[in-house]
Amino acid sequence: MLVDDHGLFRAGVRAELDGLVDVVGDAGAVDEAIDCIVERDPDVVLLDVQMPEGGGAEVIRGVAPRRPAVRFLALSVSDAPEDVISIIRAGARGYVTKTISGPELADAVRRVASGDAVFSPRLAGFVLDAFAGQEEAAPAVADPELDQLTAREREVLRHIARGYLYKEIALRLGISAKTVEAHVSAVLRKLQLSNRHELSRWAVQRGWVE
Amino acid sequence: MVSVPDTQPAPLRRDRGNAVLGGVCAGLAPRLGLDPLVLRVGFAAAACLGGLGGFLYAICWVLLPPGGGDERALMARAIGRRESWMVASGLGLLVLAVLLLFRAWGLWIGDAVVWPLVLATGGGALIWRQSQGAEVVAPAAREAARPGGGAGRPRRILRLARPSLGIVALGAALVVGAALVFLWLNGALVPDRDVTLAVLVVVTALTLILAPWWLRLTRGLTEERAERIRTQERAELAAHLHDSVLQTLALMQKRAADPREVAALARRQERELRAWLNAGSRRERGASLAAALEAAVAEIEDAHGVPVELVAVGDRTLDERAEALVAATREAVLNAVKFAPMAAISVYAEVQDGRAEVFVRDRGPGFDLDAVPPDRRGLRESVLGRMERYGGRAAIHTRPGEGTEVELVMAA
Repeated sequence: MLVDDHGLFRAGVRAELDGLVDVVGDAGAVDEAIDCIVERDPDVVLLDVQMPEGGGAEVIRGVAPRRPAVRFLALSVSDAPEDVISIIRAGARGYVTKTISGPELADAVRRVASGDAVFSPRLAGFVLDAFAGQEEAAPAVADPELDQLTAREREVLRHIARGYLYKEIALRLGISAKTVEAHVSAVLRKLQLSNRHELSRWAVQRGWVE
Repeated sequence: MVSVPDTQPAPLRRDRGNAVLGGVCAGLAPRLGLDPLVLRVGFAAAACLGGLGGFLYAICWVLLPPGGGDERALMARAIGRRESWMVASGLGLLVLAVLLLFRAWGLWIGDAVVWPLVLATGGGALIWRQSQGAEVVAPAAREAARPGGGAGRPRRILRLARPSLGIVALGAALVVGAALVFLWLNGALVPDRDVTLAVLVVVTALTLILAPWWLRLTRGLTEERAERIRTQERAELAAHLHDSVLQTLALMQKRAADPREVAALARRQERELRAWLNAGSRRERGASLAAALEAAVAEIEDAHGVPVELVAVGDRTLDERAEALVAATREAVLNAVKFAPMAAISVYAEVQDGRAEVFVRDRGPGFDLDAVPPDRRGLRESVLGRMERYGGRAAIHTRPGEGTEVELVMAA
């Protein structure tokens, strides 16, 4: 399903995904979207981050209690960190920019539908940046597992940022593609669940979040 | 440029830029056709002969609006803002001393006139000063209202204290006190206490009556100022959009037949607009590695019409070695553009503890490293050689059919 307040864009994406992915509906506003999603129960929702009345994050919050199985893929013009981080923390499982091509978008939709996380190179860069100053973290850390990236996860993220596909990363690191996906999902979970001081401090430091 | 003759006389202003005390003489001199020094001497002489000069000067100071640049008068600049209260009291005491001196010398108009005048001038000056303070605050507030709040900018904003009610009340009290002193010294107060009471009551009543109107007036002024600021910002936005986005859109319509060019134009405009929108909200970045890489990538994108994706994590200052890294990156990207024309090019830069790594990757045809003849070692020399000269290292990973990746590492 497509949720975006730009009618022209919705039509364009529909045309691009035609034949590759089954589009069951589209909506142009937050309330309309929530009702539509609850009614039609799609597997994946392509969600625009910036819409009036709360944007994509509001849609996720509205749908989550009633249809927890629906997965959201954020699709946006903006690649500003504040938009990316906020929609991921709201519950999106991936983020791609609108300049992505049709086949790649369909591929991303399929990956999200099967439970994986889709990270654009830029998002990987943000995450690395956020978790970068971690080595000297405060000793009294609530959940060390959540607040840091393992070396493997960091390596996988770096490769994503360098523009490698999961298959290629698997080849390079000598692990299976499934393992790569598991690492990426773990990173996503950390981003979403950790409401920790580090991530907030990082965002505040850069003035993205008040 | 044709010079238009100045038919309208310029409005009378204090010239703060060329001021010694308050800029009165410097402001009046051009209108009268005299040298400011002559006027200053004149005022000083008049001040000596009975205090009239000083009085006249003070009247001119409060009546003439400031103009002629943001520089402050010689005296104010020399003394500085912090000690304004100390300065004020110091000046006050000096004036008092001079007046008492004149009194002793007999150059005196009369007690009953001078003291009330002094008090009234002081009170009036305070009130007027505060009202002028309100005007100068607005530009500073506007700076703060702009996205980003102007925080971190090294520019000095002329800060005058907000019109504080206390100082205005003090000024009003001084003026009222001056009037009372005048009346008392002239013997008009003593006989009729009731009259004074009546006058006070009337004055209070008038104030209470007029207060709501006055408040509405000030509020209306504030709203108008806000409206003006909004209009200005809108005009700025319109001008920018007109200059950049409209031009690009028109150009895209003309070149609609060439999709690559249209895509390149669109990408460049998108980048420019993003940068302009983010200019206020992100913290300003001086010369840094990430900024230099962005600039280099943007240049190549524009010159060759090829999209290059840049992801940067971490940052460091731009020193000689970082510049070499940027140059090597640029060479690698240009190489990718040349030999992998239709492929996506991505640049990933990571800085950790000063150590910078850049990966330039393309999904082109790739090539066989060993099969490159020695006389076509362009990439090797420009990239590897450059990196090694500055104490870094570079590696090229490529295979036919698997694209190319150039790895550049520069130590801290």
